[in-house]
Amino acid sequence: MKAKLDQIRERAIAQIKECENTDKLNEIRVGILGKKGELTGILKSMKDVAPEERPQIGQWVNETRAEIEKVLEERYAKMERLVREAKLKAEVIDVTLPAKKPEIGHRHPNAIALEEVERIFIGMGYEVVEGPEVEKDYYNFEALNIPADHPAKDEQDTFYVNGDILLRTQTSGVQVHEMEKGKLPIRMLAPGRVFRADEVDATHSPSFHQIEGLVIDKHITFADLKGTLAEFAKELFGADTKVKFRPHHFPFTEPSAEMDVSCFKCGGTGCRFCKGEGWIEILGCGMVHPHVLEMSGIDPNEYSGFAFGVGLERIALLKYEIDDMRLLYENDIRFLKQF
Amino acid sequence: MNTALSWIKAYVPELSCTDQEYRDAMTLSGTKVEGFERRDKNLEKIVVGQITQIEAHPDADKLIVCQVNIGAETIQIVTGAKNVKVGDKVPVVLDGGRVAGGHDGGPLPENGIPIKAGKLRGVPSNGMMCSIEELGSDREMYPEAPEEGIYIFEPDTEIGADAVELLGLRDSVFEYEVTSNRVDCYSVLGIAREAAATFRKPFVPPVVSKTGNSEDVNDYVSVEVIDQDLCPRYCARVCKNIKIGPSPKWMQRRLAASGIRPINNLVDITNYVMEEYGQPMHAFDLDTVAGHKIIVRRAKDGDMFQTLDGQLRKMDSEVLMICDAEKEIGIAGIMGGENSKITDEVHTVLFEAATFNGANIRKSAKRVGLRTDASGKFEKGLDPRNAEEAINRACQLVEELGCGEVVGGMIDVKTPLAPLRVLPFEPERYNRLLGTNVSKEEMLAIFARLDIIYDEKAGTLTIPSFRQDLVGMADIAEEVARFYGYDRIPTTLPNGEATSGKLSYKMRIEQKARDVAENFGFSQGMTYSFESPKVFDKLLIPADDELRRTVTISNPLGEDFSVMRTISLNGMLTSLATNYNRRNKNVRLYELGNIYIPRQVPVTELPDERMQFTLGFYGDGDFFTMKGVVEEFLECVGLSKRKEYDPNIGKPFLHPGRQASIRYEGKVLGYLGEVHPEVCDNYGIGTRVYVAVLDLPKVIPFTTFDRKYEGIARFPAVTRDISMVVPKDILVGRIEEVIAQRGGKILEDYSLFDIYEGSQIKEGYKSVAYSISFRAKDRTLEESDVAAAMKKIINGLSQMGIELRQ
Repeated sequence: MKAKLDQIRERAIAQIKECENTDKLNEIRVGILGKKGELTGILKSMKDVAPEERPQIGQWVNETRAEIEKVLEERYAKMERLVREAKLKAEVIDVTLPAKKPEIGHRHPNAIALEEVERIFIGMGYEVVEGPEVEKDYYNFEALNIPADHPAKDEQDTFYVNGDILLRTQTSGVQVHEMEKGKLPIRMLAPGRVFRADEVDATHSPSFHQIEGLVIDKHITFADLKGTLAEFAKELFGADTKVKFRPHHFPFTEPSAEMDVSCFKCGGTGCRFCKGEGWIEILGCGMVHPHVLEMSGIDPNEYSGFAFGVGLERIALLKYEIDDMRLLYENDIRFLKQF
Repeated sequence: MNTALSWIKAYVPELSCTDQEYRDAMTLSGTKVEGFERRDKNLEKIVVGQITQIEAHPDADKLIVCQVNIGAETIQIVTGAKNVKVGDKVPVVLDGGRVAGGHDGGPLPENGIPIKAGKLRGVPSNGMMCSIEELGSDREMYPEAPEEGIYIFEPDTEIGADAVELLGLRDSVFEYEVTSNRVDCYSVLGIAREAAATFRKPFVPPVVSKTGNSEDVNDYVSVEVIDQDLCPRYCARVCKNIKIGPSPKWMQRRLAASGIRPINNLVDITNYVMEEYGQPMHAFDLDTVAGHKIIVRRAKDGDMFQTLDGQLRKMDSEVLMICDAEKEIGIAGIMGGENSKITDEVHTVLFEAATFNGANIRKSAKRVGLRTDASGKFEKGLDPRNAEEAINRACQLVEELGCGEVVGGMIDVKTPLAPLRVLPFEPERYNRLLGTNVSKEEMLAIFARLDIIYDEKAGTLTIPSFRQDLVGMADIAEEVARFYGYDRIPTTLPNGEATSGKLSYKMRIEQKARDVAENFGFSQGMTYSFESPKVFDKLLIPADDELRRTVTISNPLGEDFSVMRTISLNGMLTSLATNYNRRNKNVRLYELGNIYIPRQVPVTELPDERMQFTLGFYGDGDFFTMKGVVEEFLECVGLSKRKEYDPNIGKPFLHPGRQASIRYEGKVLGYLGEVHPEVCDNYGIGTRVYVAVLDLPKVIPFTTFDRKYEGIARFPAVTRDISMVVPKDILVGRIEEVIAQRGGKILEDYSLFDIYEGSQIKEGYKSVAYSISFRAKDRTLEESDVAAAMKKIINGLSQMGIELRQ
């Protein structure tokens, strides 16, 4: 009996090892282990075996079965591997074929630049607010120390709706709205659209954007103004950026300054980008004029503050090296896609 | 303002610095230098030579051969110039030198023209004699130069001397940007004073000596100022026996460097004083002044007046005129009249130095349409004290230049001069505002250089009259800062109460709008807020439509920019058209921008500014693509309930069968649709365009960023499909309405999976199929639950005349 089992085993293993496809292997398995298989047959013939031999033979049969099953399993696994390998081989692709991109839209360079600026100032505790674009003369001029007949009114070439209502020429009026709310301290950033009667060309547009900043608190100093804006310039244009403050004049700040940043293209040595200057003018700023504070109901003896105004388009044009302002309002998709 | 540095140095004699150092230092102390130019740029190796011999050229009729003594040697130069003769002293550029331009006076080449020894028609020529054009200037500025040919120096000029120096070109011209508050710096003296303070050198202004003979000016002329509100001060002096001739070279050179053409001694003196003191002056021929009387008064509406440029101009009653006993002879502060113009035959001159109301001059100049150097200065509001000094300076120059005889005395009609301003000296406050620790002594040293006088006993500062900008503490603090140095002020950060940085809620919603639009492939555009009223015609908006009530700009750049938009579509369609014309495919744009709705017309209060989220595209996609973007955005900002669409909104600019309002909880939030083909034609877009407009003020009240976790369903869903035959005019939106209302609490979702019209469906009907799913949160649904819900739905549908398809 043992010999017979050995024989079955030897033959089965040989057959299995020769077998090359799954169907054949199934046949072999059924032929040996199936209900009518050889090994099953032996088990069925146990009734003819002497009862005292049965355990011995049963053990032999089980061992044989286990051995065959193990080989079968291995064979199955190997064949599966082969099939997968063949499949993988057949599925090789040219990875350099073009990508399938879902097309996402692009943000306007102005908006990207604005978000950058907002991020920086929000980090410093500034609240971003808005004011009306069609504005009262009072907020655009008078409350900013620009009374009727002030030459600055002419300089800014204002669009008027009527004698009292105009298109704001600067976001500075939002300062006044914010101060009038009477909630101190103030740290605000007010971006928005402004309008001036400039004909459209590569560097002018009758409609553009400014970002106004205002800080009012006790003990705010010009040194704070310098420190804040230097920080801003570094964040926006890179850690190596240097700043220079030059005295200037704005009716609603005193002292006033213009801030230049070291040219981020050449680092300050002078290039075509900065017209050989090494510096680029970036914003106007100053300490809020005591009279402006007073007009808005803030006691200049107790509080002081600084304000600044940045041209958003100027930042966008500089940062992204856009050479013509008109591109910003044409909305050509080939332009917008570059941001 | 342009000024030669040498003129500044005349009043700051110890000033010694390079052009670049001067520029940097002045800019940092507040006198911004826009730029500067060396006047001797590209002028190299140019000396004075004397022609000692002239011979004909052997081979050229038009050339001559000159021997020129240049001091150390005599060189041979061949020239084609016709104006030279033996003995003339001329500028000679030597071999290896350089000149600024060609003899024709065309544009100057960047690097000049190098001059080398060579041969002209076979004869050696070792240099070149120069015309004024070759030296980079012209006859306008050097009136003594010949019309054509070589510049010729005075006979007493030293041979071999530096010709460039002699022509006053060893100098730099600086261009300043003077801020509007610094009226005093629109003058050479003002800038020189700043330069002296900046470099801490003595300031030495001209000393104006007493002038005039023993006569009395009142015997020559009288002055009456009727409208003193517009003329706070009028100074007049008289000079007689005028001898018109050229002014001296030094004066001509300084004027030329400032861009002022030398004319004659009298005109040059008034121009010179205007530059030097910043006080415009006018000279009248006294013999043309009727009655020898000056009257200053407003013009009459409609008066016509001929200015000395020969133009006839219309006046009005707000224009101030200078008149004589009979007629108007000048527009105050702007320009004199043709009728009192100085000619070469002038014998007696009346000098005027006055102060006018700046705002009035500015407005008058604008209305009359004539802005002059003088009006540009007057409109800034001049210091009345300066007028007297300036007129005396002019008289001094008349005497010094031998231009005439000054009559004694000055007529001075004025409102009382305001006393000099006195401010308290508050060093602590200056330091507190600046964040500095500047010593009191350093402050006082700065003030001294600015002619601000410190009274130690009173603890006050007396402000000089020319500094009308110094009014309060902050102004004085700025003076300290400027001369202490903005760059020396420390940099600190504010350390007060902490504030929380944030965007407003509205801005957060806008940010979401941008995110969603961009996720769907829409790029952000920006368009103007004002547009042409013709836009309404392009959009087929009826003549009586509300949208045509606009905020209108009274002084627009042109009709195309004259009304504030009341609808955002024009910008969008214009941008899409631009892309379409440029053959860009599949363009998707969005814009976030305001429209401006007047509260009344004509406008008496601020309009309602409404932020519009506008989307538009052409190319891949259709109405439902746009609808998807709109819904996705609304869901992203928390509008999770059903959105309704009403097709009957009658937007004239949209396709009549493909438009709908977007409604939420009964409120219209905006609209979407396909653009009417006629509108597309009007914009030149030859393809279908889809747009959507959401009025954010309407959307925002429904928005929320709050989200609550609802759990993930643990029990299975049951799905039922129903297929219906529906009368054609019933919108699927109504079917959905029924499903939503009648599905009950267990209704989870429903989706349209088929819609069909055609031969297999009876006339007037369409086939619609929905898949409806039910689920309970807490149990597995029984068949009976679903059957009950379905029955309710089907009942509802059949009430609308909808049949189930078997």
